[in-house]
Amino acid sequence: MIRFIIRRILLLIPILLCVSIFVFLILRMAKGDPAMAYLRLSNIPPTEQALMEARIDLGLDKPIIAQYADWMGRALRLDFGRSYVTGKPVLQEVLYYFPATLRLAGAGLLFTMLISIPLGVYAALRKDRAGDHLTRLFAFFGVSMPSFWFGFLLIYLFAVKLGWLPPMGQGGLAHMIMPVMTLSLMSIAINVRFLRANLLENIRSRSTLYARARGVSERRIVWVHVMRNSMIPVVTAIGMHLGEMLGGAVFVENIFSWPGVGRYAVQAVFNRDYPVLQCFILMMTIVFVVCNLMIDILYAFIDPRIRLAGEQR
Amino acid sequence: MMRGMLDRRIVRVSLLILVLVGGAAFFAPWLGLPDPEEVNLAEKLAAPSAQHLLGTDHLGRDVLSRLIFGSRVSIGSVFAILLLIVGFSTFAGSLAGFAGGAVDSALMRICDIFLTFPTLILAMFFVGVLGTGLTNVILAIFLTHWAWYARIVRGIVLSLKSREFVLAARVAGTSRFRLVVRHILPSLAPQVLVLATLDIGHMMLHVAGLSFLGLGVQPPLPEWGVMIGDARQFIWTQPQLLLYPGLAIFVVVMAFNLLGDAMRDALDRSGMLEEAVK
Repeated sequence: MIRFIIRRILLLIPILLCVSIFVFLILRMAKGDPAMAYLRLSNIPPTEQALMEARIDLGLDKPIIAQYADWMGRALRLDFGRSYVTGKPVLQEVLYYFPATLRLAGAGLLFTMLISIPLGVYAALRKDRAGDHLTRLFAFFGVSMPSFWFGFLLIYLFAVKLGWLPPMGQGGLAHMIMPVMTLSLMSIAINVRFLRANLLENIRSRSTLYARARGVSERRIVWVHVMRNSMIPVVTAIGMHLGEMLGGAVFVENIFSWPGVGRYAVQAVFNRDYPVLQCFILMMTIVFVVCNLMIDILYAFIDPRIRLAGEQR
Repeated sequence: MMRGMLDRRIVRVSLLILVLVGGAAFFAPWLGLPDPEEVNLAEKLAAPSAQHLLGTDHLGRDVLSRLIFGSRVSIGSVFAILLLIVGFSTFAGSLAGFAGGAVDSALMRICDIFLTFPTLILAMFFVGVLGTGLTNVILAIFLTHWAWYARIVRGIVLSLKSREFVLAARVAGTSRFRLVVRHILPSLAPQVLVLATLDIGHMMLHVAGLSFLGLGVQPPLPEWGVMIGDARQFIWTQPQLLLYPGLAIFVVVMAFNLLGDAMRDALDRSGMLEEAVK
């Protein structure tokens, strides 16, 4: 098991290396001269002479591989440059906004599981009856609903009409209800159907037939045998949902004035603040990749087939 | 049995909605609607009237006209994206599946890199680098989605390659080009078409979402996401302005999703959907 974990962690290195090269190359292809931005930031008039000097200062005259090495070296020392707009170190700003986004995404993930697992089980047990059809309808509703509109519908209902919940901002639990509902709607809809399909497949499986033949009680078959096997794919799907949460957070933060990193990044897109964008995408991707790694490890815990296959190699 | 009949009715309604919306979008310039971009501050936030069936927005522009002209942008851009993705990914995926070896692994590693990022975050990054605007949003969504399709196409091609009819054609001495065009593509096309239909709704949400954030379609051009963004400040006073464009997105996306689902079921029943899609 430990060997499996170490192997998976070592696999992270090439992935993150590729990600960094990719981000670096895309940024180099961007329009706009970094030397120009540097001069603007330092309030130096952009004469030919100054531009030349800035290029040498920034290492833009070196071959691209040397530039990448420089950039990577700085990134490893957690230096992602300064914002073109505020002039402050980017990492510091991104880290300032990051916890709010993680809190939102984490709560969204938790809420997704809390709602979708019981609903999925319910739908599978009631296959082809009214309850099942209702969850199917809900699933279509959930995946078709634009989250940035659903959020406003919630605000209209619970804040404008009923006045029960605060329309925006951050604070106690009440402030989280609508953002979390908005963020998780689509994932809940997807997960309910996914779990249902898995449960039904496992109910039809041979091992279930065998358990029945052995005289295991129906309740034990459903809740122990079938449930455990059906949860395995659901655990892997958490990774996919996390990606949706991190992306969806950008909308939710925008709608509910949630002080997260997504809202900050949207501003950076407007300002073409490349250092901020680069730090944003790298941080988000690291979180995404590391969480997926943890899910892989968890997966190996639940499903010995994965673990053993890993050790045999 | 009952489910089958219900499904057929749902498909019919979805198709009807899509034909109506598509027709309105296509014929918009000839419907005698007011100019969707004409600002008239004297009539701002007007209630529905014979002249403005759904009233006007905060700049006095006709809401119905903006909705209908907006559908051209929302739906048109999604089809542009799909055309790009289906074209490019079918090419890249079949190339990888057919060539195998180094070409295959190189292409698949590139796909892996694109799939490492959370989709929407990567799309935002591309828009940030390319600059805001509809064309760049279309490019960004293409860049963030093609790898997924290319992988699936590769999987389908690999499984088709070992099928008897393809082997038979090879044994009969069919040229490689002919093999792809006459034997592989026709079996591949319906599956890719179903995948694309299932994905249209998802992509519409992305385009509209990025436009809502202000990164996509730029005002005054009408688009549903932009309309929601414009209307948000009037949620306390004129909530109906928020209702129309959101409902439009929701209904069209739902219709595409229902249609795609029915198409997949039909394909599943005929046993054509390959394991590769899973």
